[in-house]
Amino acid sequence: MGATHLPSTEFDGTELDDLLEAQAEAALGVPSSEMVQLLGPDGTLGTDSVFSEYAARLDAEKLRGFYADMAAIRRFDQEATALQRQGQLALWVPLTGQEAAQIGSGRASQPQDYIFPTYREHGVALTRNVDLAELLKQFRGVSNGGWNPKDTNFHLYTLVLAAQTPHAVGYAMGIQRDQRLAEAQGVESAQGIDGPAGPKAAVMVYFGDGASSEGDVHESMVFASSYNAPVVFFCQNNHWAISVPTAVQTRIPLSNRAKGYGFPGIRVDGNDVVAVHAVTEWALEHARQGNGPVLIEAFTYRVGAHTTADDPTKYRESSEEALWREKDPLDRLEKYLRAEGMADDAFFAQVAADGDELAAYIRKSTYESDAPDIRTAFANTYVEAHPLVAEELAWFEEYSAGFAGGDEGEGASR
Amino acid sequence: MTTMTIAKAINEGLRATLSNNPKSLLMGEDIGPLGGVYRVTDGLIGEFGADRVVDTPLAESGIIGTAIGLALRGYLPVAEIQFDGFVFPGFNQITTQLAKMHSRSNGNLTVPVVIRIPYGGGIGSIEHHSESPEALFAHTPGLRIITPSNPHDAYWMIQQAVNCQDPVIFFEPKRRYWLKGEVDRESAGPAEDPFKAHVVREGTDATVVVYGPLVPVALAAANAAAEDGRSIEVIDLRSISPIDFDAIEASVKKTGRLVVAHEAPTFGGIGGEIAARISERAFHSLEAPVIRVGGFHMPYPVAKVEEDYLPDIDRILEALDRAFAY
Ligand SMILES: Cc1ncc(C[n+]2csc(CCOP(=O)(O)OP(=O)(O)O)c2C)c(N)n1
Repeated sequence: MGATHLPSTEFDGTELDDLLEAQAEAALGVPSSEMVQLLGPDGTLGTDSVFSEYAARLDAEKLRGFYADMAAIRRFDQEATALQRQGQLALWVPLTGQEAAQIGSGRASQPQDYIFPTYREHGVALTRNVDLAELLKQFRGVSNGGWNPKDTNFHLYTLVLAAQTPHAVGYAMGIQRDQRLAEAQGVESAQGIDGPAGPKAAVMVYFGDGASSEGDVHESMVFASSYNAPVVFFCQNNHWAISVPTAVQTRIPLSNRAKGYGFPGIRVDGNDVVAVHAVTEWALEHARQGNGPVLIEAFTYRVGAHTTADDPTKYRESSEEALWREKDPLDRLEKYLRAEGMADDAFFAQVAADGDELAAYIRKSTYESDAPDIRTAFANTYVEAHPLVAEELAWFEEYSAGFAGGDEGEGASR
Repeated sequence: MTTMTIAKAINEGLRATLSNNPKSLLMGEDIGPLGGVYRVTDGLIGEFGADRVVDTPLAESGIIGTAIGLALRGYLPVAEIQFDGFVFPGFNQITTQLAKMHSRSNGNLTVPVVIRIPYGGGIGSIEHHSESPEALFAHTPGLRIITPSNPHDAYWMIQQAVNCQDPVIFFEPKRRYWLKGEVDRESAGPAEDPFKAHVVREGTDATVVVYGPLVPVALAAANAAAEDGRSIEVIDLRSISPIDFDAIEASVKKTGRLVVAHEAPTFGGIGGEIAARISERAFHSLEAPVIRVGGFHMPYPVAKVEEDYLPDIDRILEALDRAFAY
C-alpha cells in the first residue's frame, strides 16, 4: 500500500482501517478502531462482547456515585471559571464535556495505582480525593503544585506537554522492580517504596490528542513496550489542541498507534462513563497482572474554551459544539438512572445542593489562599544545603530588614 | 591504594554503588553487554543483571524521563548520555522536570537522578562528540554539577552523586578517561565534600581555577611558570554548581591574581560567573582583572583544528602574563 492510499481524514481509508483492525483483533480480541460504547446518548445500555462483563460489576450505588462525581466536577469547573473572571485565578482550564472520561477512568483506578495527570484532570483529581481547593493553588499563582502527590498517588499537574509520560513509564518500571524484590523476599507484591506486601499496582498517565504528537509520547510507548511496563496511557481526544483539530495530529484513530508499539489500543466513547470505566478497569487489570501497557483513546469533546484565555469562536463552528452537547455525559446517565428507577428527583436535588456547598467551599478557600513566603522557594530549590541559595537568602533577609517596619511577611511578599 | 584509570575508577564506583544500594540502577544506550562506548560500565550487567544495568532504547528524553519516574518510585537511577552533544533531546526533561520537581512539589518529592555525561574535546572526534555544555545546566537552579579530574575523585564522587538527594549531572572528562592515578578505596568513605574545590598546587603569585580535563593542563602551565620564578596556585573546582567561591576567594586574597580556564566558550561561561563573583568578594585584593581563558564563540571546530580551540599550556601562560602586566 503506497502513500497515495493513506486516508485523507481519520474517518475514511477503509483499506488501511481493515488492515489495522485485523491486527488489533489479534492483539485484544477487540477491533480497536471501532469505538466501545455501552451507554448511548439516548440513555439506553447496549452490549459489548468484551466489556459488558465489566459494566455488569456496577451496581446502582456506583452509578449514582458516577453521576454525583460528574455533577460535582462540572459545578467546580463553573465555580473556577467564575473565580477566574473575578480575577481570583490567573487562568482556568475547563473540563466541561470530559467528565465521563475522567470520572470513569479515575474511578476505575485503585488506591495503590499511581496517576500522572496533565493539567485538565480535575475530575480524576476528585476521584483520587485531592482537595480541589488545593488544586486551584497553581491557577491562583500561590504554588506550582499545591498538593502532596504521596497522599493520594495523584501526581502534580504538568504544563510541558507530554513530559509526564516518560515519568509514568519510569514509575511503572519501579513498580515492576518493587514486585520482583518483594517476590524475591517471598511476599506477593510491594505497594510502595520498600513498602509492605500489598495489592499489585499500575500507573495511568493522561495526555491530550495534541500532546500525542510530542516525541515524549513516542519514547514513552517504546520504553513501556520494551519493558512490558504496567502503564495505561489514557489519551483524552477532545478534538482540539487549542485551535488545531485532531486531524492535524493524526490521520488514523489514535488508539491504532498502540499496535505500532505492540500493545493493545482501545477507542472508547469518552462521554460514556460506563464504557470508560469498563475499558479502564480492564486495562489496569491487564497492566497489574503483568501483561504490559495499554493505550486508551477516550473519544470526547472539549465543549468550552481551551482555557479562559481562549476564544473558540475563532476556529470552530458553534454547531459543532451543539452536536456534542447532545452527547452530554451527564444527561445520558441521568436518563438511564431515571429509566431504571435507580435515582429520583430527590437524588438529583441532593446532588445540586452538594454542588452548591462545594462551590461555596471552593470560593471561600480560594479567597483565603494567600501568597506563600518566598523563603519556602529558597528552602525547596534543593534538598540538601546549597551555599548559593544560603548566600542569596542571607542577602534577601538583610535587604528586607532594611525597610522601615519590614517585618518578615512584608519582606516575603515584596 | 590501587592505581587505575579514571574510566576504571568510575566503573569501580558504580560497582560499589550497585552493591551497596539495591535501589540503584544504571540506564543508558549500549551500557549493557558492550559496557558503554567508553567501557565505563564494563562487566556490570554480568554481575548485576539486566534489571540493574538497563540497555535502554535509543531515546535521551525517554532515558531521563523514565529515570525521573523511577526516582519518584524510590529508585536511584544513574543515566548515561553517550556523548555531550546528544544530551539535548533530553534537555527538556532535565531543565523543566528534573531540576524543578522538588521545588514545585513544595519539597514533597525528591528525584535523586544522576546523569553521567562524557564531555570535552581533545580526542580527535567528529561533530557533537567534543562539547562542554556545563554552563547550560549550571544556569538551571535545582541541578548540581560535578566533574572529577583524577581517579580517586572519580571513584568517590560518582558514589556521592548517587547518594545526593538532589539531581546531579556528573560530567566525565572523556580525554582523561585513561589518566591513571591512585585510588584509596579502603577508606570507610570519601574524605572530601564533592562540592568543595581542591587546591591541587599551592602558590603565592597568582591563582588558576580549572576543572575536569584542564586540571593537568593548568598544573603543567604552573610548572612552566615556576621556571620563570612565578608561584602559581592551581584550584581544581570539582563542583561547577554550586561553585566553591570561598576556596577561590581565599586563594585570591593570598595571590591577588586570578585566571579561570575552561574548554567551553568563554562568553556566558562559568569563567564569567567566577570573575563577577570574585570581583565582588575580593575587589580590594585583586591586583589585576580576572582573566578568562576558554573556547571561542563558535560551534566546536573540526578535530583537525581543535588544538587551536582548546586552552593549552601556552594560552594559560599568556593569560598569566596579562595578569602580571597590571
Ligand atoms: C511543550 C509545549 N508546547 C506548547 C504548549 C502550549 N499548549 C498548552 S495546551 C496546548 C494544546 C494541547 O492540546 P491537547 O494535548 O489536545 O490537550 P487539551 O488541552 O486539549 O486537553 C498547547 C499547544 C505546552 N504547554 N507545552
